[in-house]
Formats: sequence, structure tokens, C-alpha cells
Amino acid sequence: MTAPLNLRSIFIAGVLTVLALLPVYAALTGNYFLLTLFTRIVILAMAATSLNLILGYGGMVSFGHAVYLGIGGYVVGILAKEGILSGFVQWPVAVAVSALIALGLGALSLRTRGVYFIMITLAFAQMFYYIAIGLDRYGGDDGLTIYKRSQFGDLVNLSSKTQFYYLCFAFLLGTIYLVWRLVNSRFGMVIRGSRSNDRRMHAIGFPTFRYKLICFVIAGTLCGLAGALLANHTDFISPAVMHWTRSGDLIVMVVLGGMGSLFGPLIGAVALLVLEETLPVLISAVAGLILPSAATQAGEYWQIVLGPLFLLVVLFARGGIDGLLAKVQRG
Amino acid sequence: MRKAMLLAGAFALAAAPAAAQQKTVKIGFISTFSGPTAVIGNDMRNSFELGLDHLGRKLGGLPVEVIYEDDQQKPEVGKQKTDKLIESDKVDFIVGYIWSNVLLASLKSVVDSKTMMVVTNAGPSQIAGELCSPYVFSTSWQNDQTPQAMGLYMNQKGVKSVFLIGPNYAAGKDMLTGVAATFKGKVLGQELTVWPTQLDFSAELSKARAAKPDAIFVFYPGAAGVQFLTQYAQAGLKGQIPLYTAFTIDELSLPRQKDLALGVPGAQQWVNDLPNPTNKKFVADFKTKYKSSPAFYGAQTYDAAALINSAVVAVKGDLSKKDEMRREMEKANFKSVRGNFKYGKNHIPIQNFYLQDVVKDKDGNFALKTVATIVKDSQDQHVGKCQMK
Amino acid sequence: MLYFIEQCLNGVQLGMLLFLLAAGLTLIFGIMDLVNLAHGSLYMLGAYFAATFAALTDSFVAGALLALIATLVVGMAVEVIAMRRLYGRDHLDHVLGTFGLILFFNELVRMIWGPAGMTLSLPMEMLQAVQVLPGVFYPLYRIVIIVATLIVALLLYVLVMRTRIGMLIRAGASNREMVGALGINIKLLYTLVFGLGAALAGFAGLMQAPILTVQIGMGENILILAFVVIIIGGIGSIRGAFVAAIFVGLIDTVGRAFLPDLLRLFLSSNAASSAGPALSSMLIYLLMALVLVFRPEGLFPTAGK
Repeated sequence: MTAPLNLRSIFIAGVLTVLALLPVYAALTGNYFLLTLFTRIVILAMAATSLNLILGYGGMVSFGHAVYLGIGGYVVGILAKEGILSGFVQWPVAVAVSALIALGLGALSLRTRGVYFIMITLAFAQMFYYIAIGLDRYGGDDGLTIYKRSQFGDLVNLSSKTQFYYLCFAFLLGTIYLVWRLVNSRFGMVIRGSRSNDRRMHAIGFPTFRYKLICFVIAGTLCGLAGALLANHTDFISPAVMHWTRSGDLIVMVVLGGMGSLFGPLIGAVALLVLEETLPVLISAVAGLILPSAATQAGEYWQIVLGPLFLLVVLFARGGIDGLLAKVQRG
Repeated sequence: MRKAMLLAGAFALAAAPAAAQQKTVKIGFISTFSGPTAVIGNDMRNSFELGLDHLGRKLGGLPVEVIYEDDQQKPEVGKQKTDKLIESDKVDFIVGYIWSNVLLASLKSVVDSKTMMVVTNAGPSQIAGELCSPYVFSTSWQNDQTPQAMGLYMNQKGVKSVFLIGPNYAAGKDMLTGVAATFKGKVLGQELTVWPTQLDFSAELSKARAAKPDAIFVFYPGAAGVQFLTQYAQAGLKGQIPLYTAFTIDELSLPRQKDLALGVPGAQQWVNDLPNPTNKKFVADFKTKYKSSPAFYGAQTYDAAALINSAVVAVKGDLSKKDEMRREMEKANFKSVRGNFKYGKNHIPIQNFYLQDVVKDKDGNFALKTVATIVKDSQDQHVGKCQMK
Repeated sequence: MLYFIEQCLNGVQLGMLLFLLAAGLTLIFGIMDLVNLAHGSLYMLGAYFAATFAALTDSFVAGALLALIATLVVGMAVEVIAMRRLYGRDHLDHVLGTFGLILFFNELVRMIWGPAGMTLSLPMEMLQAVQVLPGVFYPLYRIVIIVATLIVALLLYVLVMRTRIGMLIRAGASNREMVGALGINIKLLYTLVFGLGAALAGFAGLMQAPILTVQIGMGENILILAFVVIIIGGIGSIRGAFVAAIFVGLIDTVGRAFLPDLLRLFLSSNAASSAGPALSSMLIYLLMALVLVFRPEGLFPTAGK
């Protein structure tokens, strides 16, 4: 963020430009599926950015962050099912409910630390996962189809792919801006300080528990909003959104892109989801060179490459992609 | 299987000008091709391919391209793959769907885009009733129909009380309500298990034993059916409380259920030994080509190829005439492997249901065989809720 | 009452399975301080190996023994190739790295054994129920599982409490640096412990295989339950894992058996059938959260931690 012209800034500017111009490309070519794919990426990037606030800056390894995607989504879904279609009601309720639940979960979880924190956040996420399964009226395990997206009158039409994409993109940028402002404020100093040495920050006189709790609630609330967007995007919400592997996916995005880096989660989300789409093609191509008959088959086994890739990132590229860029830049 | 969306390919494809004239019939096919229920997806794919072979790989004179996608048995994945087929591949027809919950999650995209759809297995009550749609057809059944037939059969057998067990998803609930709708005796209890993750039925079996019913009715498709029969035998219930089933014993699970399936009746709208020429050809050619027996999943999907063909022929390859295609499909003007049937106004077949039983031949091979016709021309009970004209 | 006893037996049987998984997990966690999400993959491998070897040798017992050895070897190989490099790292690194390993193993199994899954058939004489108490019939094979696990638990107890290796394991769990300082080959010890954990997971997988299907991803849901068990029991404590496993098994099964009927008093039948199992699964996590909030080190904390 400091030097105006360096490799990292250019890369990030490039990613943002591509994201901003994507609908234009889609309109020119008529390929709207690309836009659908990237809407998803942008929403998940927003969720990952919110996770980064607690995980990357605050050192709180939440293994249940996807729960807020589900909560935001279920608020929209349940209200829509009960006939309340206005987004002016749905979204504020989604935000409020997410914030309240994050407050409750945070107040309990933050009493623990280390691996116990990982496990208690996981436990709470699983509880909500099972609550959703038990909601017989709202589809239970099968999930709930959302027949009408949130209505915002003449303001914005969520059924228009382009408008919806730009709305999500704006929310993503807003989230990134908010996180930037937060971590560079006094509040952010305390959060980052408590990450490296909680006891010292406490000794200096900062009530770190309260600071961390507020941070936890902000992250949960932002993710809940992302959940409301996601439910509108897929027209569907099911307990699967809250499954623990989804929380794992969010962690992967953050670490892959670069923990504690402002644009890291965005890069990570784009990288992971684009990798998921292209890796099969790449593997097919490579396999085709060696054994043409196995080409299409080989592409199905893309996860056998993706899995060890995570391990390699952990072992050799702690800073994720953003860290690598910084390294290259330093030479 | 051609793997999903090629990102690079999508960019390239998009650059090409939209084809001015329809050259091929594009069919998107959604089923489960991974996990323990992949055998079902394969049975459907094999049968569909065989159906296309029998039509000379042409539908109404046009060549066919089929894009297979794996829903992983998950509603949200099925929905994503459906969107991809519609938006990226721009398919003319969308075929398949094993699972009711996957279908319900995907239905909105299909209906909104007015893509022609042939559902070849799933039959949730909603698509027969309030969510019926002009462009959605079924070559299978509505979920209630088969267990209703089983309920009738249990009445015939003089069963006085029953305990119901099934998985907790859209179809499981439909099945249990279905059997309760026609069964005249007492339903002593019903248990729904977590689907598809729960495979240990010990608590449910203990409960059924404690309820002391005349019979147990279950619905467990795919591998879960094997597990259920195994645990039912392990619990010592075989020979104690008779079992009645729907969609639990079929050609795919039978090789693994073997003796455990003997004497366990099931209801079905198609059995491999139905004596019509189309069916004989289908079963014989399937066995030659794939060295195994087709199951009802395959039979229904084989019919889908013929149904689509009838529509494309009727509009002479002009796939933009959706309403004409729809009118033709409503006539069910093709030779079905189950024998001819009619469509109800909700596009669900009105058809016969047969009682099937497991037989063991001298070589120790197991097969399913038609024993009797339980009910003729059965129509689902939700058709009244369908507002379609 | 008889029905209640039968359901309790079901719960104990599930608890036994959970204990087998949790014992390995808690050893690895306690001694190497490693969060191993891939533990469920070893459970899956044990089941696949058993199904394969049993088919090859035409004997359930021979297949099971071979499968145990195979998972032990795979476990040690995984430790040497990958896990070793994760020791001393952040827990987040463990989560991410072993999450990657889950994907790897799932895909590897799909490549080798295909997507359809396998079945491991029991000998016909196992397919029956025996009378354990007057009026209580219980599946013979499930009794076999309970007994076999009790024997394994006893062996594990002897190994940990009465042998030199066990002494090192206990020492490692309470003070890692000290064991290293004593000049013990800590690398070898770690490999052995990981192999032992893998074999226990494999044993759980192969014992459960004849009841459930052998399928890809079979370890993922049960793994989380095993984590719950070790958190409740106290990380590093085998005794704690044993008690907590039975506790969790009972809650899950008894809840599943009785909650729907309880809920039917004020919910529709269908809603109760859906909510019952979900609620009993929730109870387990609620219990864990309560333990974490009020007794963060678990019910049986290991000394010195």
C-alpha cells in the first residue's frame, strides 16, 4: 500500500481492474457464466476478508467462520419464504442476527485460546449446522430454494447479473476499506498487539478481551452480509454452507492469498476458485502429452494436486501468494 | 466424462460468433458420478448412451452432444452444475437427476430459463403439484406412487401394523407419507435418518423391534440399501419381522445384497423381464454392451432419449419451437420400456406398478422378476395442485 | 427398560469406535502437539485395505490383520514424508496442511479403488443376534466390536503404563524437551507413535467396515466427533478419551432414539423426526462447548500441560 509503483501494487491493481471490467467483457461476448462464477468468487472473497480480520490480524483461528455465511443466508431464505421480500428488511436483519450470534459465540469462545479456540469455534459452527438440518419447515437437510431475490424497489435489481455483480464488488471493496481503516487505527494496533503478546497488551492497560470481542463481532457481521449476498446469488440456501469443510475453505483462501495482508484473501479466493476450475483442464493437458488416452480421465483427479499444494504453501510459502510477490519484489 | 467448465475454453468459446443455425442437439445430463452412489449415475449414463445408439446417435436427424455433470449427490453442487449447463453450455435439454433434493435446488434455474427438462428419476411431490412446469417432464414417477403401491400390496397380504424407516430428505419423507396413504393398518412409528451420512441404523432397528409391528417398510436407495439389509439381518430381524421395500433392492444393489434380499418384495413401475419388444431389446443390448443388468434408473433414462427424440422429430429439428415440442411430449408418443403410458397434466406418468421378487437361479445368480401387477394406471395424488394449463 | 438397555448398548458400541479413533488422535495431539485432520483418512484407508485383503485372502481375520499392518506402514510413511515437517509449527499450519492431505487421500483412494466404494462381508455366522440379557437381543458382530475394542484399550493401557515405550510416551506428553534432552531418539519415537495412532484408526475403520459402506470421505464426519471426544476427555489423556467416547456415543444414540418421541409431544411427526437426530448431534457439541468454557483442559487433563 505504501510505494505507489511496485510489483504487488501493480498485481493488485491488475486483479481489481479485471474484476471491474468483467461485466463489460461478459456483455460483449454474451458469456454470462463467467460473471456467475466471478460473482461467487467476489462474495467468498468478502467472507475471506472478514475472516482475515480476526485470523490474520488478530491471530484468532476461527474454524467455524462459514457459520455466518449460513446465518446471513438463512435469514434471507426464511424471510423470503415467509413472504418478506424487501431487502431493506432482509439485509439489516441478516446483519443484526449475525452480529448478535457473533457476540454470543465470541464471548464464550474468546475465553479459550490456541487449539481450544479452533475447536470451540468448530463446535459452535457444527451446532448451527445441525440446527439448520433440524429446521423441517425450511427444508431441513435439503435446503431452501429462494424463489425471489431480495427486492430493493427501483434502487437495484438483483436479478440483473451485471447489477448484482457490481453490488457484490462494491461490498467487497467496502469490506476491504473497512478492514484497512480498522487495522490502521488505534483499535487495530491493540488487536495486532494482542496477537503477538496478549499479556503485555493487557498489562499496558488495554482490555484486550473486549477489543478482540468487538473484532470478532465485526468479522462475523461482515461475513453474515456476505451470506445474504451468497443466498441471493445461488437462489438457494442449505446447511451444507455451514459444514466444517466450508470453514476450512475460507481458511485456505486466507492463507493461500496471504494472512494479515489486506488484499491477500481476495487473491486467495480468486486463486483457489480459479484453480478449482482450471486445474482439471491443466492436468488433462499435461496428461495428454504423456498418455493421450488418459487425458480426460486425469482431469477428474485434480484434487490430488490441490491437496499437496496446500501442504507446500504451509511449508514453504507462509506468506501465501502475497508473501511470494513481496519476496520477488525484494529480489 | 467431459469435465465441467473449462475456464480457458469459456473465454475462447465466447469469442466465437453465436451459431446462426442449430447444428446439434445439446443435452446437459446431471447425475451422481462420484461417491458410493456413482453406480446409479453410471447406470443412467450407460442407458442414455444406449438409447442414443439405438436412435443412430441422431435426434430428429440432428447429431447429439451430451455433456455429463456430476452433482456429487449435493443439492448446492447440482444447482451450480445446472446453472453452468444452462448459462455456459446453453443446452437445449437437461436430463437426469437422481435425488429429489438436488432437483428441487436446481429447478428454479431450469424453469426461469425455460430449458426443456426430462427428469429421469427424482419425483418430489412439489414438481407434481404446486411447482409443476410446462417444460418439465418426468419419465419416472412421483415419489408417493411406488410406496402407495407397496401399501396396497401390504393390505392384500393382510399386514395389520407397520413400522416405517427412511432417510431424512425430500424423497424419504414422500415415501413414508406415500405408504401411509394407502396402507389400511396401523403405522406404529416412523424414523427418519440423516441422509446420506448416517449408515448405522442400530438405534432405528432397535426401535422397530421394540414396537413389535407385523412388518417393516423401508426406503434406502443405493449403497444404503445394502447396509440396511445387512444390519437388519445382523439384528436377527430377518425371519422375525417381514420387510417390505421401495427402491431398496435393484439390479445395482442385488449383487451385494445377495441372499439377504431373498424373500423381500418391492414395488416398481419397471422390471427387467417385462415382456414388451422395446424392453427385451433394451435389456439384451445393455447386457451385451456393459456386461451387467440395467436397473430401473437406466430404464427410465433410456426412455428419456426416446421422448426427446419424439419432440425433436415433431418440430423437424427447430428447437426454438418449445411449445410444439411440449405438446408432442405430452402425448408420450414413443415406445417405452415399461409399456405404453400416458402423461397426467402435471407431466408425471400414469402407469402400472408391479410386484417384484428376488430369485436365485441354479448357478447362484440373483435376479429380479415380476410376480404380479399391484395396480394399473396409477396416477399421483398431487396432480390437483398443479395449476398448469 | 429392555429397550433402553438395547439402545445403551448401541451407544456404547459407537463410543468404542470413537475411542479407537480418539486414542490415536489424542496421543498424536498430546505428544507431538499436532492437529491431524487427516486422521480420518487413515480410518478410511484401514477400511479399504481390509475390504481388499479380505477379498484376496477370502478370510475376514486375515484381511483385518493385513490391513492393520498396511495402515501402520502408511501412517509411518506419512509421518516421515509430511507430518514431521509440521511439528513445532502453528496450529493453523497443521489445520491447513492436513486439510490438504484429506483431499489427497480421498482422490488417491478414488484413483486406486474407484468411486463406487466397497463392501466387506461378514461370515454368515456373524449375521445374527444373541440374547445378552433375558429379552434383549443384540447383534453378535456389534458385541465383537465392543469386546475387541475393550481388549485393544487394555493393551494400550498396558503399553502406556507398564512399558518403557509407554514411559517415554507419557514423558513426551507432559514434557517434550525433557525427553529429547535425555538423549532419546525422539524422531523414531514420534514415527512410532504416529504409526500406532494410524493403526488404531485403521482398526476402527476395518471394524466398522462390515456395518457401514467402505466409501470415500467416510472418515470426515466421524473425525470431528473424535476431536470432540479428545477435547472433552482432555488432550493427551487416553483415559479421558475412553470415558468421553462412551459419553458421546451414548448421547448421540440415546438422543437419536428418544428425542423424536419427546419432540412429538409438541411438534408434528415429520418435524420431530427431522429435529430429533439434529438435536442429539447438537447436544454433543453443546457439551463440548460447555466443557471448553468451564473446564478448558478437559475432564481429565494431563499433568504438566
